[in-house]
Amino acid sequence: MSRPPVDTVPAAAASPGQPQPYAELGLTSEEYERIRALLGRRPTDAELAIYSVMWSEHCSYKSSKVHLRRFAETAPPSPALLAGMGQNAGVVDIGQGYAVTFKIESHNHPSYVEPFQGAATGVGGIVRDILAMGARPVAVLDSLRFGPADALDTRRVLPGVVAGISFYGNCLGLPNIGGELGFDPCYRGNPLVNALCVGVMRHQDLKLAAARGTGSKVILFGSRTGPDGIGGASVLASATFGGSDGAKRPSVQVGDPFMEKLLVECCLELYAAGLVTGIQDLGAAGVSCATTELAAGGGTGMRVELDTVPLRDPGLGPAEILMSESQERMMAVVEPGQVGAFMRICARWGVLGTVIGEVTGTGRLEMTWHGEPVVDIDPGTAADEGPVYHRPVARAAAQDRLLADDPARLARPSAGPQLRATLLSLLAWPSLADKSWVTEQYDRHVRGNTVLAMPEDAGVLRVDEQTGLGVALATDGNGRFCLLDPYAGTQLALAEAYRNVAATGAVPLAVTNCLNFGSPEDPGVMWQFSEAVRGLADGCATLGVPVTGGNVSFYNQTDSEPIHPTPVVGVLGVLADVTRRVPIGLRTEGSTVALLGRTGDEFGGSVWAQVAHGHCGGHPPAVDLAAERALAAVLTAAAAAGLLDAAHDLSEGGLAIALAECCLAGGRGCQVTVTGDVFTQLFSESAARAVVAVRPGRSEALAALAAEHGVPVTDLGVVRGDSLVVTGSFDISVDELAAAHRGTLPALFG
Amino acid sequence: MTARVGVITFPGSLDDVDAARAVTRAGGQPVPLWHGDRDLRGLAAVILPGGFSYGDYLRCGAIARFSPVMTELIPAARDGLPVLGICNGFQILCEAHLLPGALTRNAGLRFIDRAVRVRIEDTKTPWTGSYAPDQEITLVLKSGEGAYVADAPALSRLTSAGQVVARYAGGNPNGSVGDIAGVRNEAGNVVGLMPHPEHAIDALTGPGSGGLGFFSSVLRAMVDG
Repeated sequence: MSRPPVDTVPAAAASPGQPQPYAELGLTSEEYERIRALLGRRPTDAELAIYSVMWSEHCSYKSSKVHLRRFAETAPPSPALLAGMGQNAGVVDIGQGYAVTFKIESHNHPSYVEPFQGAATGVGGIVRDILAMGARPVAVLDSLRFGPADALDTRRVLPGVVAGISFYGNCLGLPNIGGELGFDPCYRGNPLVNALCVGVMRHQDLKLAAARGTGSKVILFGSRTGPDGIGGASVLASATFGGSDGAKRPSVQVGDPFMEKLLVECCLELYAAGLVTGIQDLGAAGVSCATTELAAGGGTGMRVELDTVPLRDPGLGPAEILMSESQERMMAVVEPGQVGAFMRICARWGVLGTVIGEVTGTGRLEMTWHGEPVVDIDPGTAADEGPVYHRPVARAAAQDRLLADDPARLARPSAGPQLRATLLSLLAWPSLADKSWVTEQYDRHVRGNTVLAMPEDAGVLRVDEQTGLGVALATDGNGRFCLLDPYAGTQLALAEAYRNVAATGAVPLAVTNCLNFGSPEDPGVMWQFSEAVRGLADGCATLGVPVTGGNVSFYNQTDSEPIHPTPVVGVLGVLADVTRRVPIGLRTEGSTVALLGRTGDEFGGSVWAQVAHGHCGGHPPAVDLAAERALAAVLTAAAAAGLLDAAHDLSEGGLAIALAECCLAGGRGCQVTVTGDVFTQLFSESAARAVVAVRPGRSEALAALAAEHGVPVTDLGVVRGDSLVVTGSFDISVDELAAAHRGTLPALFG
Repeated sequence: MTARVGVITFPGSLDDVDAARAVTRAGGQPVPLWHGDRDLRGLAAVILPGGFSYGDYLRCGAIARFSPVMTELIPAARDGLPVLGICNGFQILCEAHLLPGALTRNAGLRFIDRAVRVRIEDTKTPWTGSYAPDQEITLVLKSGEGAYVADAPALSRLTSAGQVVARYAGGNPNGSVGDIAGVRNEAGNVVGLMPHPEHAIDALTGPGSGGLGFFSSVLRAMVDG
């Protein structure tokens, strides 16, 4: 059988005028001209494929780069940071010789086009990022946003996304320990599916993506390469959705979690045997990304025989192989003498490994197809030197109108029965309702180290069974606050995740982020983006927690309507002893219920304004990061001293929702008294607050601790009985709270 | 000498580390067995853990039953070796015809991870001897295909011979016939259980320690036997 002719390097040099489909591959004419100038000729089809995916927004960060530099520039000095931005994921020292790596990444567009596989492969991709750092992946979290809960399309997208995450994560054997689920009309037609993975390793096991050692072999291992996900990074992730999205379905990858499980165990055994000198996962941009980044990272060259790549579809040519995003593949650099041992471990796990090339000293990335040269480029030009855009930034005129639309004008409930009804309606609101319909589909128990999981404030994992060392993780994001003020809104997301981690008793250490925004070609969106990045960088500097890595997802809009700016912030904390963790549930009759922090009249962007009035305007709650830091110090010290029976951060829905959730989680009631305006005290969303249940006899110790850190403490009442009682206002049994809270999602999704 | 209990790892086994931890916590020594081994290493009891062996492709447990280690395990189990299959392990034991019946998709067609109440109805097996008759414990159910089914004659044989080891006590979570959560073979040495006892050995990481009895039972049976 004769092979179809391929476009070779000499042929490209000899036919400068041949038209090329750069626009279809997502490149602008300026970018195409730049490639020609770099090469001194037109690119071959294969080279064009490499540049089109590597220079896509998704892989190159070309619109965000100039803003993201701020994270590194303002990063607080942190001795805990072992590897930072630019690696596959940041790595943090948690003590006792352990390091933790974590990262969150978006799979928004694939999850809209094909919810099940889109979400499943989102999990698979982030797990390989963590694996590529040398760590054993130990848990996942997911942050999800959908259109209105009762919209017809949400009933297609949500069950598919949840089933996809459940299928992939469960089959891979990773506990799902937390995350978020929210609904808003702005995500109709553009859901957010952000997956976070955390991994654990010993310090000395850290791996970096670099090809070193001339003559070392380049091994592709894992699944065969097929035609799935071709151009996923450039076509799907880097463009706005229009009318005919079904046509993009071939750009979505298909996942095989069983193969990923084998790949994880195989990699960990290869690492332990010391057989790997460089490692890279294959995610967006597949072989293009792995080869260019490994070669550029090592400052070396690489020669690859593309025709040796094992294929699932023998009809694929070099350009398609380079662009394929087939899942469950890794690339390793291995010393020649160790290839045999490497292959024996692959065989033990039933993983296909193939030598596809070797490291050279030429500084060039050269690829051949059945002996003919099809790629000859400087790998750095594709991996690191992509275009950088200073996109126009302009604050939208509508911003002032939004801020001026003060929620003070909204009618407020005041009588007891009205307040009672308000609490029940918020508790049943889809974004605040019980999420068991979703979270019961996730295995939270596998590996036996899950100490806290949903609906707790943060997921807590035991890392060391002997010492009790553990980590806590939370993700948060509030698109409504960010719409009103992206700088403050992003800091509120950071503060909430930070507070959530501290509420479990963990000391916050580091930050990851997934920045979900509309089109960067819209100056208003770029203003939101630059404000969000500035807010996060400043906030991290003030709180003393560095950003270790993250992901940018642009083009989250259907036609001209962008989503609310939705930066999702993940915070990692450390617990010296996980047996000291504090859950949200009220467990002990007679414990004192107290509020930490100050309550103001703050309803801009609040859930109450949304549920009661369909309103989103005014200023979001004030940010006070010094108060957040002090609150976290009290919460962690109180947990370590064993003062607390329960702790729960206050966020959406304020004190009323927090108290109801504490009652529901513990199956116990409480009786509280609030002073001042009852509505404001119950439903305001002021930041830097938490509600705690103090063990009998320990209130004075907590008061002393709070005084030391300058955190106001207000005694609210006591854990008692089986109703939530607000003296003088209302009384709701835990059973009635449960009925309101637990009925919503099953009624919507079956 | 510490009693040694084998835990098989098939490609795709996930709860093998948990089963091993539970054996240790009960005072035994877990010994890893590899699916490709044709040797049970003289072990006096073996656990088939949960997970998705061979990706659960074709049908849960359908490929695992043909693995080399199973060619050794099946005759040993017929000769009286204590064997416990948990979740996917239960599915494998059914596929291997060491236990009657089969496990099918949950009634709600969704994966369920939930703490469930379970009543131990047979305390004469080597895996349940340390429980009191009709004792209720809390275990973790986490499966997508956990609904136990058997035809009417098999079901009546199971019931009349007292082969139902455990039933769901706080409502039927997955549509299992007769609320069945676990069964044994006629001899009693082979037990299959859908909910996970190895995830209920410690209140820190699970719903209490009610599952530890499965592991302490077999250690005691090994000493007594």
